[in-house]
Amino acid sequence: MRRVLPGLLVLAGVVTSGQQAPDRTRPPQLGPPPPLNLPTIQNRRLSNGLPVWLVELHEVPVVQVNLVVLRGSGNDPAGQFGAASLTAAMLEEGAGSRSSLEIADAVDFLGADLGSASGIDSSAIRLHVPVARIADALGLMADVALRPTFPKDELERLRRERLTNILQARDNPATIDALAFNRALYGPTHRYGTAANGTAQTIAALTTEDLRAFYAASFQPANASLLIVGDVTIEKTLPLLEASFGGWKPATSASPPTSVGDAPEPAARQIYLVDKPGAPQSQIRIGWIGVARSTPDYFPIQVLNTILGGSFSSRLNMNLREKNGYTYGASSQFDMRTSAGPFVAAAGVQTDKTADALREFFNELNGIAKTVPADELARAKNYVSLRYPEGFETSGDISRKLEDAIVFHLPADYFSKYVPNIEAVTAADVQRVAQKYIQPNRFVVVITGDLKVIEPPIRVLNLGSIKTMTLDEIFGPAPKLTQ
Amino acid sequence: MKRAAVLLVLALGVPAAAQTPAQKIEVQYTQFTLPNGLHVILHEDHGVPLVTVNTWYHVGSANERPGRTGFAHLFEHLMFMGSGHAPYGQFDERLEAVGGTNNASTENDRTNYYIDVPSNALELALFFESDRMGYLLDAMKPMTVDAQRDVVKNERRQSYENRPYGMADITLGEMLFPENHPYHWPVIGYMPDLTAATYEDVVAFFKTYYSPSNASLVVAGDIDTTKARTLVEQWFSDVKPGPAPAPMTIPGVALTGVQKKTITDRVQLPRLFLAWLTPRHLEPGDAALDVVADVLAGGKNSRLYKRLVYDMQIAQDVSAYQESQALCSTFHITATPRPGHTPDELQTVIDEEIGKLQREGPSDHEVQRSLNQIEASFYNRMERLGGFSGKADQINAYFTETGDPNWFGQDLGRYRALSPSNIRAAATAFLPRDRRVELTVMPEPGASK
Repeated sequence: MRRVLPGLLVLAGVVTSGQQAPDRTRPPQLGPPPPLNLPTIQNRRLSNGLPVWLVELHEVPVVQVNLVVLRGSGNDPAGQFGAASLTAAMLEEGAGSRSSLEIADAVDFLGADLGSASGIDSSAIRLHVPVARIADALGLMADVALRPTFPKDELERLRRERLTNILQARDNPATIDALAFNRALYGPTHRYGTAANGTAQTIAALTTEDLRAFYAASFQPANASLLIVGDVTIEKTLPLLEASFGGWKPATSASPPTSVGDAPEPAARQIYLVDKPGAPQSQIRIGWIGVARSTPDYFPIQVLNTILGGSFSSRLNMNLREKNGYTYGASSQFDMRTSAGPFVAAAGVQTDKTADALREFFNELNGIAKTVPADELARAKNYVSLRYPEGFETSGDISRKLEDAIVFHLPADYFSKYVPNIEAVTAADVQRVAQKYIQPNRFVVVITGDLKVIEPPIRVLNLGSIKTMTLDEIFGPAPKLTQ
Repeated sequence: MKRAAVLLVLALGVPAAAQTPAQKIEVQYTQFTLPNGLHVILHEDHGVPLVTVNTWYHVGSANERPGRTGFAHLFEHLMFMGSGHAPYGQFDERLEAVGGTNNASTENDRTNYYIDVPSNALELALFFESDRMGYLLDAMKPMTVDAQRDVVKNERRQSYENRPYGMADITLGEMLFPENHPYHWPVIGYMPDLTAATYEDVVAFFKTYYSPSNASLVVAGDIDTTKARTLVEQWFSDVKPGPAPAPMTIPGVALTGVQKKTITDRVQLPRLFLAWLTPRHLEPGDAALDVVADVLAGGKNSRLYKRLVYDMQIAQDVSAYQESQALCSTFHITATPRPGHTPDELQTVIDEEIGKLQREGPSDHEVQRSLNQIEASFYNRMERLGGFSGKADQINAYFTETGDPNWFGQDLGRYRALSPSNIRAAATAFLPRDRRVELTVMPEPGASK
């Protein structure tokens, strides 16, 4: 139905160019969304069996090459938390015949970005380079991936750098709150309860032998995949890849990955407070243990979280930011890993509104159990499904999608079925997963802020039993840094 | 048909540096100006079925007056609060419902807005963008200003006050620029000024700075140029023209000595900030200072990183960058001493290395390494169409600063023309030891360890 707005009558007078005045009485009607043309994935194997995934993208003369191995910080041995992260960092500190500085100089001179890093479920060496220089860059990348030398003096340098980072992490209220939340949920022994970088104790103890052992168990062709996305063709690129990676042979037999296992859910709501005297905002994290990436409820959960705290118009943001002005932004997230990662709702809120913000968080977390109105559901589904092509724009975007497919063993038709799977989600699905995965009476609440100001009003809310956490409980004892 | 969006033409004649891919970088575009003064640039790129509507208003915190600092940014927030034919809430809800994303940012000299949508929703994006350009005030109420005032104050708390070393940037601006220079105050503004901003200020600011002739619009992506032009002409035709803002009088600035200051923060380690006033963006010296920054602190082999972090290991980090701006640029060196070391120790080494660069200049290898990285960054920047600093945003930036939307090649040419002697000359002319700002952030006594 058309609505006539008072402003419409004056429109005709301001048209200056003979253009027909636009009809602003309602937003324009749209045609159907464009078809999603997914990039073609070409799968090959090198002579040593190493799988190759290649996507041609010819808009810009650059290429992204990632070597992914299916071991990450989730596979850190007990007592060696931080091993995956430090191992990945050490790969660039000496490889083949090159020193740390020589590798960096060669990479920079090519105008390339080369980085090695670990995630929770995988580690990767990632190269982005102008395609004209791919041959030189692949040689460097293969050195770093296959022939790291783990120099002792470079390890000592990185160790001091990381111990200082662990010290500095105590500065940032958002970092403190996130680590405290993970520790409160998973405890000190489960891998997810400690920072990926480890603690001062574990970092101080790791030796080059430990890192070599982690490398040998993780970096195996049987355990790895090579991704190439960019201005290349399979015919011209395969020989380059074969020359750089085809001779890579397993050093030992690949061991099956260790699983971190699932941690038990909290039985009852528990509040933790971390003191940050003088802080103008309080950092809030609320949630519990969510789901593994393999959950059969993946698609309903995407829609659920979009409604709750995954978009600007989500309930948490509209309430805490737009309606109440307590924060610059509130959001929620299911962090999915091979084992169940956390579900968390979070915001930084002004100190004197901390208790008010907590009350509104719980109003929204409780309210999501009710049936979601049809228009809100449709908006969320469209937001997730129609935005999907955006994730396939750049070489980096596509390589991340391929990494997910590899790390989480997604089916071959996963990308092409993504949109129909989102479209199939019903209000009943959303309600079911909301009631299953959002149970606020069992949530852990972690607040980092100025306790002198925020603790009394938080106690009045009577949300549950309250404990305080010290920085040493969250991070372990502070590192001893000699001069 | 998939059309290459970036034309890469093999340049005739192989350049001396064999490492250079020797490709020319440019974009194809159509541009025109509407009768109301709005300048429009259209660019086709059919790589993914997306379009971006990217709008720059040529106003930023430099246009504010003392007592109303932070207003340009607060105003940016109000642009999302509804307009004459799009009641509050519709902008985000309808754009999300078609799979769109949007955002905006404010700097000293400009405010940019983008709406990225699947290509079928171009007209919806144009409807919203034109409606807030033409009819923002029809929906504006004093309570709208109050709501975003609280949000912006929390943005300041989150991004500056509650962030480690977050107040240093604000202090540096105050030390570098005198009180009568518009870069003296921070883009985020001062709390009392955010409190003081009124509905009447909003009306006056919109009428002064948000006229179509003070804006430029880039529509880029999976469009048909002819059809897109018709849609743009249609949706922006009823936006009333406004007067051009009066030109600003910008006081000249120069540091006459060393400005020294120490502030405290809730941090474990001190941090040293050195800063200089440098040539404006695109002026002679500006590009050379990007290379100076690389030679000093870009990568492990850079002079300061190698000495302070790699060899001596007395610093946790060091960075250097030329912050290029329209009225006056600044050059920054920042370093954090390791436990047991002091900002003074770092400053001594930094001054030795700057002195050495000024006396001897960089090696050919150092300059070529930097130029290769800069050139690669030009390609990397072309991969994304929308969002902040995507291709459309860059086109709008080049148009704003040079009048030429396709200034990519000339910009890269500024760097390709540089020699080691240019780098040495820039370091000598613009990084004097006796005319700069020296700010130290020290841990608050009793800060939690």
